Amino acid sequence: MKSLKAQNHPLSKSEKEIQLLESLEFTESFESKLKESGLFPLKPIQIEILQINMGKMCNQVCQHCHVDAGPDRKEIMEQEVMQQCLDVIKRHEIKAVDLTGGAPEMNPNFRWFVTEIRKINEDINIIVRCNLTIILANPKYHDLPDFFKANNIEVVSSLPYFNAVKTDAQRGDGVFGKSIKALKMLNEVGYGIDGSPLKLNLVYNPSGAFLPGSQGELEAQFKKKLSSQYEIEFNSLFTITNIPISRFLEYLVRSGNYEAYMERLINAYNMTAAANVMCRNTISVGWDGYLYDCDFNQMLELKVDTPKSQHIKDWNTDALTERNIVVNQHCFGCTAGAGSSCGGATA
Amino acid sequence: MKTYYNPDDLKKFGNIGEFQKPMADKFFEYYGEVFKEGALTAREKSLIALAVAHAVQCPYCIDAYTVDTMEKGCDEEQMMEAVHVAAAIRGGASLVHSTQMMNKAKEISM
Ligand code: SF4
Ligand code: SF4
Repeated sequence: MKSLKAQNHPLSKSEKEIQLLESLEFTESFESKLKESGLFPLKPIQIEILQINMGKMCNQVCQHCHVDAGPDRKEIMEQEVMQQCLDVIKRHEIKAVDLTGGAPEMNPNFRWFVTEIRKINEDINIIVRCNLTIILANPKYHDLPDFFKANNIEVVSSLPYFNAVKTDAQRGDGVFGKSIKALKMLNEVGYGIDGSPLKLNLVYNPSGAFLPGSQGELEAQFKKKLSSQYEIEFNSLFTITNIPISRFLEYLVRSGNYEAYMERLINAYNMTAAANVMCRNTISVGWDGYLYDCDFNQMLELKVDTPKSQHIKDWNTDALTERNIVVNQHCFGCTAGAGSSCGGATA
Repeated sequence: MKTYYNPDDLKKFGNIGEFQKPMADKFFEYYGEVFKEGALTAREKSLIALAVAHAVQCPYCIDAYTVDTMEKGCDEEQMMEAVHVAAAIRGGASLVHSTQMMNKAKEISM
C-alpha cells in the first residue's frame, strides 16, 4: 500500500481535507460548541509538552494513519532543527518531550537527539511513540529496547486489539505477530513489568468507524488477554479516538461511513473533554521546525496563530501562551465521549 | 423507496415522549439504569442486548448494539457467539415444546 501522497490522492492535500470537513450541512461547528461551553477562543493553559514529529518516514502503512506516513515518505527532521529544539528544551520549562513520526527511530539522528535531550535534564520525561515492528525491521534496530532503557525513555506503542485479525486489518499483514515479539523484547529488559520504573504504555484505537469504549474496561481486557495468552505485561492503556483527517478520513469516505461518524463525534461532544484537550499544554513541532497546536493541525498544515513564533528557531513562550488555538471540525475527535489525547481519555 | 424500517428512525427514538412524555421519561431513566455497570459489566450487558436484539429481530437494536459491543472491545467472534446463544435458546424453545406434541401424540395413539 502507498501513502495518499504517493497515490496523488485528493485527500493528501490539506485544503481538500478541510473543505470536506467543512462541507457537512447538518453539522454544528466546533467553534459554536466551544462558545456554548465558554471555551472560545480556545487558549493554552501552560506549555509543558513539546511533541516533536521527527518525520513522515515509517516502515508501516497503517490504514488509519493521520500522518499519511510510510516507506515512500521522505520528509524527515534535519539535525539543525533538532538542535533548535534542544535550545528550546534547555531554555524553557518543558516537562516532557514526546517523539513521534512516522517511525521516529528511522531518523538517522534519532539516537543522537535522544541522548542530547537526556543530557540537558535527567528528570525530563522523554516519550518515544514506537510502532513496535520497527524493533524487528532491521538488525540495526534490535537493540532499541536497551537504548530506550539506557535513556530512561517512556515507550508508548499502538496495539489496536489483542488478536491478529483486527490488528493486521488496521496496521498491515503480520503486524500483530511482530508486535507481540517486540513487546516481549521490551518486557525482557524490564519495560512494563510491575514494580519496574520503565514505563510501557499501549495505545488502543478503534479498527473502524466507531468510538473507543471505556479506557478502564478496555485496559482490564487487554491486561487479561495479553498476560494469559502471550505472557506480556504493560502499564497503562490509552484509548484514542481516530481523528477524521488524512488516511482515516479517506477510509471513512471510501467505506460510506463519513457522515455517520462525524455525526457520532458531534453528538458525543463532552464539555469536560473540551476543557482538557491536549493542545492546551502541548506544542507540536513539524519535521521542518514549524509549530502547530497539535499533530493533527500539523497534518492539516494549520500553523500556530502567532506570527511571532511560528518556527522553533523563533520560539517565544509568551506569544505561544497568549495565542488562540486554531480549531476546526476535526477537533470533535478530541471531545467525543471520554475525550481523546496522546495520553488517552481526558474526561 | 418506502419501507417499514428506516435506519434514520433510530435517531428519533428519543422523541417518543412527544406523544406520551411521563412514560417515555420513566422508560429512558430505567433504560439508562439497566445498562450501567452493576453486578454485570457494561460490556456483558451490551452482549446480552445484542443477543436479545437478534431474538426479537429488531433492526434498530441490532445496529445500535453492533456498534456498542464493538466500542466496548468485543470482537466479531464474541458477537457471533452471543447471537448463537440467542439462536440456541430460540431453537431450543421450539424443540422443548415438542415434548408437548409428543405427549399429545402418545395420548391419542393406540
Ligand atoms: S500509524 Fe504510526 S506506525 Fe502506522 S503508518 Fe502511521 S506513523 Fe507508521
Ligand atoms: S485536534 Fe488539535 S487543536 Fe483540535 S482540539 Fe484536538 S488537540 Fe486541539
